[in-house]
Amino acid sequence: MAYEMRVEGEAQAAVSEAEALSEGVVVRDLNAWYGSFQALRQVDLLVAPKRITAIIGPSGCGKSTLIRCFNRMHEVAPGARASGQVLLRGEDIYAPGTDPVLVRRRVGMVFQKPNPFPTMSIFDNVAAGLRLNGFLVRRSELVDTVERSLRQAALWDEVKDKPARPATELSGGQQQRLCIARALAVEPEVLLMDEPCSALDPVATLKIEDLMRELAREYTIVIVTHNMQQAARVSDYTAVMMMAEDRAGEMIEFGPTREIFTYPKDKRTEDYITGRFG
Amino acid sequence: MSGFAYRRRKTTSTLVLGFCAASALVAVGVLALILGFVLAKGISSLNVDLFTKLPRPEGEPGGGVANSMVGSLLTVGIAALIGIPAGVGAGVFLSEYAGARLGNIIRFTADVLTGVPSIVVGVFVYGMVVLKMGHFSALAAGIALAIIMLPIMARSSEEMLKLVPRSQREAALALGITRWRTILSVIIPAARRGLVTGGLLAVARAGGETAPLIFTALGNPFLSLSVAGGPIDALPLRIYRYATGPYSEQHQQAWAASFVLVMMVFAISLTARLVLTRRR
Repeated sequence: MAYEMRVEGEAQAAVSEAEALSEGVVVRDLNAWYGSFQALRQVDLLVAPKRITAIIGPSGCGKSTLIRCFNRMHEVAPGARASGQVLLRGEDIYAPGTDPVLVRRRVGMVFQKPNPFPTMSIFDNVAAGLRLNGFLVRRSELVDTVERSLRQAALWDEVKDKPARPATELSGGQQQRLCIARALAVEPEVLLMDEPCSALDPVATLKIEDLMRELAREYTIVIVTHNMQQAARVSDYTAVMMMAEDRAGEMIEFGPTREIFTYPKDKRTEDYITGRFG
Repeated sequence: MSGFAYRRRKTTSTLVLGFCAASALVAVGVLALILGFVLAKGISSLNVDLFTKLPRPEGEPGGGVANSMVGSLLTVGIAALIGIPAGVGAGVFLSEYAGARLGNIIRFTADVLTGVPSIVVGVFVYGMVVLKMGHFSALAAGIALAIIMLPIMARSSEEMLKLVPRSQREAALALGITRWRTILSVIIPAARRGLVTGGLLAVARAGGETAPLIFTALGNPFLSLSVAGGPIDALPLRIYRYATGPYSEQHQQAWAASFVLVMMVFAISLTARLVLTRRR
Protein backbone atom coordinates (compact mmCIF):
# COMPACT_ATOMS: atom_id res chain seq x y z
CA MET A 1 0.00 0.00 0.00
CA ALA A 2 1.47 3.33 -1.02
CA TYR A 3 0.93 6.50 0.92
CA GLU A 4 0.79 9.95 -0.55
CA MET A 5 3.24 12.02 1.47
CA ARG A 6 3.83 15.64 1.85
CA VAL A 7 6.72 16.63 -0.34
CA GLU A 8 7.53 20.09 0.94
CA GLY A 9 10.82 20.50 2.73
CA GLU A 10 13.54 18.08 3.63
CA ALA A 11 12.96 14.84 5.41
CA GLN A 12 12.17 15.65 9.03
CA ALA A 13 14.76 14.91 11.62
CA ALA A 14 13.75 13.43 14.95
CA VAL A 15 12.21 15.90 17.38
CA SER A 16 14.80 17.42 19.67
CA GLU A 17 13.90 17.30 23.31
CA ALA A 18 15.25 20.79 23.87
CA GLU A 19 12.93 22.17 21.22
CA ALA A 20 9.89 20.38 22.63
CA LEU A 21 10.79 21.55 26.13
CA SER A 22 11.12 25.21 25.25
CA GLU A 23 8.34 25.70 22.71
CA GLY A 24 6.38 22.47 22.38
CA VAL A 25 4.99 19.73 24.58
CA VAL A 26 6.87 16.98 26.38
CA VAL A 27 4.96 13.99 27.72
CA ARG A 28 6.68 11.85 30.32
CA ASP A 29 5.45 8.59 31.78
CA LEU A 30 1.80 9.52 31.33
CA ASN A 31 -0.78 7.11 32.70
CA ALA A 32 -4.53 7.59 32.58
CA TRP A 33 -7.44 5.75 34.11
CA TYR A 34 -11.21 5.64 33.88
CA GLY A 35 -12.16 4.37 37.32
CA SER A 36 -10.08 1.24 37.75
CA PHE A 37 -9.53 0.75 34.01
CA GLN A 38 -6.12 1.90 32.83
CA ALA A 39 -6.52 3.54 29.43
CA LEU A 40 -2.95 4.78 28.97
CA ARG A 41 0.32 3.29 30.19
CA GLN A 42 3.68 5.02 30.38
CA VAL A 43 3.31 7.21 27.34
CA ASP A 44 6.27 9.36 26.36
CA LEU A 45 6.05 11.82 23.50
CA LEU A 46 7.80 14.92 22.19
CA VAL A 47 5.57 17.38 20.36
CA ALA A 48 7.59 19.68 18.11
CA PRO A 49 6.55 23.34 18.02
CA LYS A 50 4.88 24.64 14.86
CA ARG A 51 4.63 21.16 13.44
CA ILE A 52 1.77 18.72 13.07
CA THR A 53 2.02 15.60 15.17
CA ALA A 54 -0.43 12.84 14.29
CA ILE A 55 -1.48 10.14 16.70
CA ILE A 56 -2.73 7.02 14.93
CA GLY A 57 -3.78 3.58 16.05
CA PRO A 58 -6.73 1.22 16.07
CA SER A 59 -10.01 2.09 17.78
CA GLY A 60 -9.93 2.11 21.55
CA CYS A 61 -6.14 2.34 21.81
CA GLY A 62 -6.28 5.55 23.85
CA LYS A 63 -5.55 8.18 21.17
CA SER A 64 -8.33 10.48 22.29
CA THR A 65 -7.57 9.89 25.95
CA LEU A 66 -3.98 10.91 25.28
CA ILE A 67 -4.76 14.29 23.74
CA ARG A 68 -7.46 14.92 26.31
CA CYS A 69 -4.66 14.76 28.84
CA PHE A 70 -2.89 17.62 27.02
CA ASN A 71 -5.53 20.15 28.09
CA ARG A 72 -6.75 18.34 31.19
CA MET A 73 -10.10 17.53 29.62
CA HIS A 74 -9.57 13.87 30.48
CA GLU A 75 -10.47 14.50 34.10
CA VAL A 76 -13.83 16.01 33.16
CA ALA A 77 -15.25 12.50 32.78
CA PRO A 78 -16.44 11.09 36.12
CA GLY A 79 -13.86 8.86 37.77
CA ALA A 80 -11.12 9.77 35.29
CA ARG A 81 -7.60 10.59 36.50
CA ALA A 82 -4.07 10.77 35.19
CA SER A 83 -0.52 10.61 36.48
CA GLY A 84 2.80 11.62 34.97
CA GLN A 85 3.97 14.81 33.35
CA VAL A 86 2.78 16.91 30.46
CA LEU A 87 5.17 19.82 30.05
CA LEU A 88 3.73 22.73 28.14
CA ARG A 89 6.70 24.96 27.26
CA GLY A 90 8.54 23.28 30.07
CA GLU A 91 5.79 23.79 32.63
CA ASP A 92 4.04 20.70 34.03
CA ILE A 93 0.28 21.12 33.61
CA TYR A 94 -0.24 18.32 36.13
CA ALA A 95 1.85 20.03 38.79
CA PRO A 96 -0.10 20.34 42.07
CA GLY A 97 -2.05 23.57 42.26
CA THR A 98 -2.30 24.04 38.50
CA ASP A 99 -5.72 25.32 37.51
CA PRO A 100 -7.08 23.24 34.60
CA VAL A 101 -9.11 26.25 33.44
CA LEU A 102 -5.91 28.20 32.81
CA VAL A 103 -4.34 25.22 31.03
CA ARG A 104 -7.32 25.02 28.68
CA ARG A 105 -6.93 28.67 27.73
CA ARG A 106 -3.44 27.85 26.49
CA VAL A 107 -4.36 24.61 24.72
CA GLY A 108 -7.27 24.78 22.29
CA MET A 109 -9.28 21.77 21.22
CA VAL A 110 -11.39 20.79 18.23
CA PHE A 111 -13.67 17.80 18.64
CA GLN A 112 -14.77 14.89 16.52
CA LYS A 113 -18.22 16.26 15.81
CA PRO A 114 -18.53 19.98 15.13
CA ASN A 115 -20.00 21.45 18.31
CA PRO A 116 -20.74 25.14 17.82
CA PHE A 117 -22.95 26.67 20.50
CA PRO A 118 -26.42 26.31 18.96
CA THR A 119 -27.91 29.27 20.80
CA MET A 120 -25.24 31.66 19.54
CA SER A 121 -24.62 33.44 16.25
CA ILE A 122 -21.55 32.83 14.11
CA PHE A 123 -19.91 35.94 15.55
CA ASP A 124 -20.79 35.07 19.13
CA ASN A 125 -19.42 31.56 18.74
CA VAL A 126 -16.01 32.88 17.77
CA ALA A 127 -16.18 35.58 20.44
CA ALA A 128 -17.33 33.11 23.12
CA GLY A 129 -13.85 32.25 24.39
CA LEU A 130 -13.00 35.90 24.96
CA ARG A 131 -16.37 36.99 26.30
CA LEU A 132 -17.10 34.09 28.61
CA ASN A 133 -13.59 34.09 29.98
CA GLY A 134 -14.37 37.54 31.26
CA PHE A 135 -11.57 39.19 29.30
CA LEU A 136 -12.51 42.83 29.09
CA VAL A 137 -12.14 43.61 25.45
CA ARG A 138 -13.40 46.57 23.50
CA ARG A 139 -16.00 45.88 20.87
CA SER A 140 -13.60 46.92 18.09
CA GLU A 141 -10.95 44.55 19.40
CA LEU A 142 -13.50 41.78 19.57
CA VAL A 143 -14.56 42.43 15.98
CA ASP A 144 -10.91 42.34 14.89
CA THR A 145 -10.23 39.12 16.75
CA VAL A 146 -13.29 37.43 15.29
CA GLU A 147 -12.32 38.47 11.77
CA ARG A 148 -8.71 37.35 12.23
CA SER A 149 -9.82 33.99 13.65
CA LEU A 150 -12.34 33.42 10.86
CA ARG A 151 -9.70 34.27 8.26
CA GLN A 152 -7.22 31.91 9.90
CA ALA A 153 -9.87 29.21 9.80
CA ALA A 154 -10.52 29.92 6.09
CA LEU A 155 -14.15 30.66 6.82
CA TRP A 156 -14.22 34.45 6.59
CA ASP A 157 -15.27 34.69 2.95
CA GLU A 158 -18.18 32.34 3.50
CA VAL A 159 -19.63 34.04 6.58
CA LYS A 160 -18.54 37.69 6.43
CA ASP A 161 -22.00 38.74 5.20
CA LYS A 162 -23.92 36.91 7.89
CA PRO A 163 -22.09 37.05 11.22
CA ALA A 164 -25.38 37.36 13.09
CA ARG A 165 -26.91 34.18 11.63
CA PRO A 166 -27.15 31.17 13.92
CA ALA A 167 -24.08 28.94 13.75
CA THR A 168 -26.31 25.92 13.22
CA GLU A 169 -27.19 27.13 9.71
CA LEU A 170 -23.69 26.37 8.48
CA SER A 171 -22.78 23.08 6.81
CA GLY A 172 -20.87 20.42 8.75
CA GLY A 173 -17.51 21.40 7.28
CA GLN A 174 -18.18 25.08 7.89
CA GLN A 175 -19.23 24.34 11.46
CA GLN A 176 -15.97 22.49 12.04
CA ARG A 177 -13.97 25.43 10.68
CA LEU A 178 -16.07 27.69 12.92
CA CYS A 179 -15.01 25.53 15.86
CA ILE A 180 -11.40 25.93 14.76
CA ALA A 181 -11.88 29.71 14.58
CA ARG A 182 -13.47 29.63 18.03
CA ALA A 183 -10.44 27.79 19.41
CA LEU A 184 -7.99 30.15 17.67
CA ALA A 185 -9.69 33.28 18.97
CA VAL A 186 -8.21 32.81 22.43
CA GLU A 187 -4.74 32.49 20.85
CA PRO A 188 -3.77 29.08 22.18
CA GLU A 189 -0.19 27.83 22.22
CA VAL A 190 -1.20 24.37 21.09
CA LEU A 191 -4.19 23.20 19.04
CA LEU A 192 -5.52 19.72 19.69
CA MET A 193 -7.71 18.08 17.07
CA ASP A 194 -9.57 14.92 17.99
CA GLU A 195 -10.50 13.23 14.70
CA PRO A 196 -11.65 16.59 13.33
CA CYS A 197 -12.73 15.18 9.96
CA SER A 198 -14.42 11.96 10.96
CA ALA A 199 -17.89 13.51 10.60
CA LEU A 200 -17.09 15.31 7.34
CA ASP A 201 -17.28 14.49 3.64
CA PRO A 202 -14.05 14.20 1.55
CA VAL A 203 -14.21 17.74 0.17
CA ALA A 204 -14.68 19.30 3.60
CA THR A 205 -11.95 16.99 4.89
CA LEU A 206 -9.45 18.23 2.30
CA LYS A 207 -10.31 21.80 3.18
CA ILE A 208 -9.57 21.17 6.85
CA GLU A 209 -6.32 19.43 5.95
CA ASP A 210 -5.17 22.40 3.85
CA LEU A 211 -6.14 24.63 6.72
CA MET A 212 -4.08 22.57 9.14
CA ARG A 213 -0.98 22.94 6.97
CA GLU A 214 -1.61 26.66 6.89
CA LEU A 215 -2.05 26.83 10.67
CA ALA A 216 1.09 24.81 11.30
CA ARG A 217 3.11 27.88 10.32
CA GLU A 218 2.06 29.49 13.58
CA TYR A 219 0.63 26.80 15.79
CA THR A 220 1.73 23.55 17.34
CA ILE A 221 -0.88 21.02 16.29
CA VAL A 222 -1.63 17.54 17.58
CA ILE A 223 -4.19 15.57 15.61
CA VAL A 224 -5.76 12.25 16.44
CA THR A 225 -6.93 10.38 13.39
CA HIS A 226 -8.04 6.89 12.53
CA ASN A 227 -7.34 7.72 8.92
CA MET A 228 -3.78 6.73 8.09
CA GLN A 229 -3.83 8.46 4.73
CA GLN A 230 -4.70 11.65 6.54
CA ALA A 231 -1.81 11.24 8.97
CA ALA A 232 0.53 10.60 6.04
CA ARG A 233 -0.79 13.63 4.13
CA VAL A 234 -0.75 16.28 6.82
CA SER A 235 1.59 15.39 9.63
CA ASP A 236 5.29 15.97 10.20
CA TYR A 237 5.53 13.44 13.00
CA THR A 238 3.50 10.36 13.73
CA ALA A 239 2.98 8.47 16.94
CA VAL A 240 1.52 4.98 16.74
CA MET A 241 -0.50 3.61 19.62
CA MET A 242 -1.66 0.08 20.32
CA MET A 243 -3.65 -1.67 22.95
CA ALA A 244 -1.75 -3.97 25.28
CA GLU A 245 -3.14 -7.31 26.48
CA ASP A 246 -5.05 -5.61 29.29
CA ARG A 247 -6.47 -3.04 26.82
CA ALA A 248 -4.32 -0.21 28.16
CA GLY A 249 -3.04 2.08 25.39
CA GLU A 250 0.69 2.18 24.81
CA MET A 251 2.83 4.14 22.40
CA ILE A 252 4.76 1.69 20.29
CA GLU A 253 6.49 3.96 17.83
CA PHE A 254 7.13 7.62 17.27
CA GLY A 255 9.12 9.45 14.64
CA PRO A 256 9.03 11.55 11.48
CA THR A 257 5.94 10.63 9.49
CA ARG A 258 7.93 9.62 6.41
CA GLU A 259 9.97 7.14 8.42
CA ILE A 260 6.96 5.66 10.18
CA PHE A 261 5.18 5.06 6.90
CA THR A 262 8.16 3.89 4.88
CA TYR A 263 10.46 2.15 7.34
CA PRO A 264 8.40 1.26 10.40
CA LYS A 265 10.67 -0.21 13.05
CA ASP A 266 7.96 -2.03 14.95
CA LYS A 267 6.30 -5.06 13.35
CA ARG A 268 2.92 -4.01 14.74
CA THR A 269 3.22 -0.60 13.11
CA GLU A 270 3.96 -2.25 9.81
CA ASP A 271 0.98 -4.57 10.16
CA TYR A 272 -1.24 -1.67 11.07
CA ILE A 273 -0.25 0.73 8.31
CA THR A 274 -0.33 -2.00 5.69
CA GLY A 275 -3.90 -2.69 6.74
CA ARG A 276 -3.37 -6.13 8.20
CA PHE A 277 -5.53 -5.19 11.19
CA GLY A 278 -7.17 -2.28 12.96
CA MET B 1 -50.33 -24.57 16.73
CA SER B 2 -53.84 -25.77 17.41
CA GLY B 3 -56.78 -23.62 16.43
CA PHE B 4 -57.92 -23.35 20.02
CA ALA B 5 -54.63 -21.99 21.34
CA TYR B 6 -54.48 -19.55 18.46
CA ARG B 7 -58.00 -18.26 19.10
CA ARG B 8 -57.27 -17.98 22.79
CA ARG B 9 -54.18 -15.90 22.11
CA LYS B 10 -56.09 -13.63 19.76
CA THR B 11 -58.90 -13.18 22.28
CA THR B 12 -56.50 -12.34 25.08
CA SER B 13 -54.77 -9.83 22.84
CA THR B 14 -58.04 -8.17 21.95
CA LEU B 15 -59.15 -8.04 25.59
CA VAL B 16 -55.89 -6.48 26.79
CA LEU B 17 -55.87 -3.97 23.96
CA GLY B 18 -59.49 -3.13 24.70
CA PHE B 19 -58.75 -2.56 28.37
CA CYS B 20 -55.81 -0.28 27.62
CA ALA B 21 -57.76 1.69 25.03
CA ALA B 22 -60.68 2.09 27.45
CA SER B 23 -58.30 3.32 30.17
CA ALA B 24 -56.81 5.85 27.80
CA LEU B 25 -60.30 6.97 26.87
CA VAL B 26 -61.20 7.42 30.55
CA ALA B 27 -58.14 9.62 31.09
CA VAL B 28 -59.05 11.86 28.19
CA GLY B 29 -62.77 11.61 28.84
CA VAL B 30 -62.51 12.75 32.45
CA LEU B 31 -60.76 15.95 31.38
CA ALA B 32 -63.37 16.55 28.71
CA LEU B 33 -66.14 15.92 31.25
CA ILE B 34 -64.62 18.31 33.79
CA LEU B 35 -64.18 21.03 31.20
CA GLY B 36 -67.69 20.49 29.82
CA PHE B 37 -69.29 20.35 33.26
CA VAL B 38 -67.54 23.46 34.56
CA LEU B 39 -68.30 25.28 31.33
CA ALA B 40 -71.97 24.31 31.39
CA LYS B 41 -72.39 25.29 35.03
CA GLY B 42 -70.21 28.38 34.99
CA ILE B 43 -70.99 29.99 31.65
CA SER B 44 -74.31 31.44 32.78
CA SER B 45 -72.65 33.42 35.58
CA LEU B 46 -69.66 34.41 33.54
CA ASN B 47 -69.81 38.18 33.10
CA VAL B 48 -67.62 41.25 33.21
CA ASP B 49 -68.55 41.92 36.85
CA LEU B 50 -66.88 38.67 37.83
CA PHE B 51 -63.55 40.09 36.74
CA THR B 52 -64.01 43.68 37.89
CA LYS B 53 -66.20 43.70 41.02
CA LEU B 54 -65.49 42.71 44.59
CA PRO B 55 -67.65 40.20 46.48
CA ARG B 56 -70.95 41.55 47.78
CA PRO B 57 -72.16 40.87 51.33
CA GLU B 58 -73.51 37.37 51.60
CA GLY B 59 -77.02 36.94 50.26
CA GLU B 60 -76.86 39.99 48.04
CA PRO B 61 -76.82 39.32 44.30
CA GLY B 62 -74.09 40.61 41.96
CA GLY B 63 -70.48 41.34 42.66
CA GLY B 64 -67.41 39.50 41.42
CA VAL B 65 -64.16 37.93 42.41
CA ALA B 66 -61.64 40.55 41.22
CA ASN B 67 -59.91 40.45 44.60
CA SER B 68 -59.39 36.69 44.26
CA MET B 69 -57.88 36.99 40.82
CA VAL B 70 -55.51 39.73 41.94
CA GLY B 71 -54.68 37.69 45.03
CA SER B 72 -53.98 34.59 42.97
CA LEU B 73 -51.68 36.54 40.66
CA LEU B 74 -49.85 38.03 43.61
CA THR B 75 -49.40 34.80 45.58
CA VAL B 76 -48.47 32.72 42.54
CA GLY B 77 -46.13 35.53 41.43
CA ILE B 78 -44.35 35.48 44.78
CA ALA B 79 -44.23 31.68 44.64
CA ALA B 80 -42.70 31.80 41.15
CA LEU B 81 -40.11 34.37 42.25
CA ILE B 82 -38.98 32.07 45.04
CA GLY B 83 -39.72 28.61 43.66
CA ILE B 84 -38.43 28.89 40.09
CA PRO B 85 -34.91 30.20 40.80
CA ALA B 86 -34.52 27.81 43.73
CA GLY B 87 -35.85 24.93 41.64
CA VAL B 88 -33.59 25.70 38.67
CA GLY B 89 -30.66 26.05 41.05
CA ALA B 90 -31.40 22.64 42.53
CA GLY B 91 -31.78 21.22 39.02
CA VAL B 92 -28.40 22.66 38.02
CA PHE B 93 -26.81 21.16 41.11
CA LEU B 94 -28.36 17.76 40.38
CA SER B 95 -27.41 17.72 36.73
CA GLU B 96 -23.99 19.40 36.82
CA TYR B 97 -22.44 18.95 40.22
CA ALA B 98 -23.97 16.21 42.35
CA GLY B 99 -22.30 12.81 42.25
CA ALA B 100 -24.37 9.66 41.84
CA ARG B 101 -24.91 9.12 45.54
CA LEU B 102 -25.65 12.66 46.66
CA GLY B 103 -27.79 13.09 43.55
CA ASN B 104 -29.90 10.09 44.43
CA ILE B 105 -30.43 11.35 47.96
CA ILE B 106 -31.55 14.75 46.70
CA ARG B 107 -33.75 13.23 44.00
CA PHE B 108 -35.42 10.94 46.53
CA THR B 109 -35.96 13.86 48.91
CA ALA B 110 -37.48 15.96 46.14
CA ASP B 111 -39.81 13.13 45.18
CA VAL B 112 -40.92 12.72 48.78
CA LEU B 113 -41.47 16.49 49.02
CA THR B 114 -43.65 16.29 45.90
CA GLY B 115 -45.73 13.70 47.70
CA VAL B 116 -46.19 15.66 50.93
CA PRO B 117 -49.91 16.51 51.20
CA SER B 118 -50.29 20.17 50.35
CA ILE B 119 -52.37 20.83 53.47
CA VAL B 120 -49.32 19.78 55.50
CA VAL B 121 -47.23 22.31 53.60
CA GLY B 122 -49.87 24.90 54.53
CA VAL B 123 -49.75 23.98 58.21
CA PHE B 124 -45.95 24.03 58.14
CA VAL B 125 -45.83 27.54 56.68
CA TYR B 126 -48.53 28.58 59.15
CA GLY B 127 -46.23 27.53 61.96
CA MET B 128 -43.04 28.91 60.44
CA VAL B 129 -44.23 32.15 58.87
CA VAL B 130 -47.78 33.11 59.82
CA LEU B 131 -47.30 32.66 63.57
CA LYS B 132 -43.91 34.40 63.45
CA MET B 133 -45.31 37.36 61.52
CA GLY B 134 -48.43 37.46 63.59
CA HIS B 135 -50.83 37.51 60.63
CA PHE B 136 -51.77 35.83 57.36
CA SER B 137 -50.21 37.25 54.21
CA ALA B 138 -49.57 36.89 50.50
CA LEU B 139 -45.95 36.25 51.37
CA ALA B 140 -46.84 33.27 53.54
CA ALA B 141 -49.10 31.90 50.79
CA GLY B 142 -46.35 32.48 48.23
CA ILE B 143 -43.85 30.58 50.37
CA ALA B 144 -46.27 27.68 50.74
CA LEU B 145 -46.86 27.55 46.99
CA ALA B 146 -43.11 27.88 46.36
CA ILE B 147 -42.57 24.76 48.46
CA ILE B 148 -45.07 22.96 46.22
CA MET B 149 -43.28 24.23 43.10
CA LEU B 150 -39.72 23.59 44.25
CA PRO B 151 -39.45 19.81 43.78
CA ILE B 152 -41.40 19.88 40.50
CA MET B 153 -39.14 22.61 39.19
CA ALA B 154 -35.97 20.91 40.42
CA ARG B 155 -36.76 17.58 38.80
CA SER B 156 -37.96 19.03 35.51
CA SER B 157 -34.99 21.38 35.17
CA GLU B 158 -32.61 18.55 35.96
CA GLU B 159 -34.11 16.49 33.14
CA MET B 160 -33.99 19.42 30.73
CA LEU B 161 -30.37 20.30 31.58
CA LYS B 162 -29.35 16.69 31.14
CA LEU B 163 -30.70 16.79 27.60
CA VAL B 164 -28.01 19.31 26.66
CA PRO B 165 -25.35 17.20 24.92
CA ARG B 166 -22.04 16.63 26.67
CA SER B 167 -20.27 18.02 23.60
CA GLN B 168 -21.62 21.48 24.51
CA ARG B 169 -20.11 21.31 27.97
CA GLU B 170 -16.83 20.07 26.55
CA ALA B 171 -16.73 22.79 23.90
CA ALA B 172 -17.05 25.45 26.57
CA LEU B 173 -14.67 23.86 29.08
CA ALA B 174 -12.03 23.33 26.38
CA LEU B 175 -12.07 27.07 25.70
CA GLY B 176 -10.98 27.61 29.28
CA ILE B 177 -14.40 28.81 30.34
CA THR B 178 -15.12 28.17 34.00
CA ARG B 179 -17.73 25.68 35.10
CA TRP B 180 -20.26 28.21 36.43
CA ARG B 181 -19.89 30.41 33.35
CA THR B 182 -20.40 27.37 31.13
CA ILE B 183 -23.59 26.56 32.98
CA LEU B 184 -24.85 30.13 32.89
CA SER B 185 -23.96 31.06 29.33
CA VAL B 186 -24.03 27.78 27.43
CA ILE B 187 -26.02 25.08 29.17
CA ILE B 188 -28.94 27.07 30.57
CA PRO B 189 -29.50 28.93 27.24
CA ALA B 190 -29.45 25.60 25.41
CA ALA B 191 -32.07 24.21 27.81
CA ARG B 192 -34.08 27.40 28.14
CA ARG B 193 -37.14 26.11 26.36
CA GLY B 194 -37.46 23.11 28.63
CA LEU B 195 -36.84 25.29 31.67
CA VAL B 196 -39.59 27.71 30.65
CA THR B 197 -41.96 24.80 30.10
CA GLY B 198 -41.14 23.36 33.50
CA GLY B 199 -41.67 26.77 35.10
CA LEU B 200 -45.04 27.21 33.44
CA LEU B 201 -46.23 23.78 34.51
CA ALA B 202 -45.10 24.47 38.07
CA VAL B 203 -46.96 27.79 38.00
CA ALA B 204 -50.08 26.04 36.68
CA ARG B 205 -49.84 23.51 39.47
CA ALA B 206 -49.40 26.19 42.15
CA GLY B 207 -52.22 28.29 40.72
CA GLY B 208 -54.72 25.53 41.34
CA GLU B 209 -53.62 24.66 44.87
CA THR B 210 -56.19 25.36 47.59
CA ALA B 211 -55.12 23.55 50.72
CA PRO B 212 -51.84 25.40 51.37
CA LEU B 213 -53.71 28.70 51.14
CA ILE B 214 -56.22 27.95 53.90
CA PHE B 215 -53.58 28.38 56.61
CA THR B 216 -51.52 31.06 54.90
CA ALA B 217 -53.63 33.40 52.77
CA LEU B 218 -56.82 32.89 54.77
CA GLY B 219 -58.96 34.79 52.29
CA ASN B 220 -60.10 38.40 52.16
CA PRO B 221 -63.32 39.82 50.69
CA PHE B 222 -61.57 43.09 49.92
CA LEU B 223 -58.94 43.91 47.36
CA SER B 224 -55.45 43.67 48.81
CA LEU B 225 -52.14 44.32 47.10
CA SER B 226 -50.08 43.97 50.23
CA VAL B 227 -47.32 41.39 50.14
CA ALA B 228 -46.84 41.04 53.86
CA GLY B 229 -49.60 43.22 55.30
CA GLY B 230 -52.46 40.84 55.93
CA PRO B 231 -54.83 38.17 54.59
CA ILE B 232 -55.26 37.90 50.87
CA ASP B 233 -57.74 36.14 48.62
CA ALA B 234 -57.12 33.58 45.90
CA LEU B 235 -59.35 31.98 43.29
CA PRO B 236 -59.27 28.41 44.61
CA LEU B 237 -59.93 29.71 48.11
CA ARG B 238 -62.90 31.80 46.95
CA ILE B 239 -64.32 28.83 45.05
CA TYR B 240 -64.00 26.69 48.16
CA ARG B 241 -65.72 29.37 50.33
CA TYR B 242 -68.57 29.91 47.91
CA ALA B 243 -69.12 26.27 47.07
CA THR B 244 -69.40 25.29 50.72
CA GLY B 245 -71.69 28.22 51.60
CA PRO B 246 -75.48 28.15 51.60
CA TYR B 247 -76.18 30.83 48.96
CA SER B 248 -77.12 29.83 45.43
CA GLU B 249 -75.81 33.17 44.14
CA GLN B 250 -72.38 32.22 45.49
CA HIS B 251 -72.65 28.70 44.09
CA GLN B 252 -73.12 30.20 40.65
CA GLN B 253 -70.11 32.45 41.07
CA ALA B 254 -68.08 29.49 42.31
CA TRP B 255 -68.86 27.68 39.07
CA ALA B 256 -67.91 30.70 37.01
CA ALA B 257 -64.70 31.18 38.98
CA SER B 258 -63.92 27.47 38.57
CA PHE B 259 -64.28 27.86 34.85
CA VAL B 260 -61.91 30.83 34.86
CA LEU B 261 -59.39 28.94 36.98
CA VAL B 262 -59.53 25.83 34.81
CA MET B 263 -59.10 27.91 31.68
CA MET B 264 -56.12 29.73 33.18
CA VAL B 265 -54.39 26.49 34.11
CA PHE B 266 -55.30 25.05 30.72
CA ALA B 267 -53.88 28.10 28.92
CA ILE B 268 -50.63 27.92 30.88
CA SER B 269 -50.23 24.21 30.14
CA LEU B 270 -50.94 24.83 26.48
CA THR B 271 -48.37 27.64 26.35
CA ALA B 272 -45.85 25.34 28.00
CA ARG B 273 -46.49 22.73 25.34
CA LEU B 274 -46.15 25.28 22.54
CA VAL B 275 -42.88 26.61 23.94
CA LEU B 276 -41.46 23.10 23.98
CA THR B 277 -42.57 21.99 20.55
CA ARG B 278 -42.24 25.20 18.58
CA ARG B 279 -39.64 24.97 15.86
CA ARG B 280 -36.66 27.24 16.03
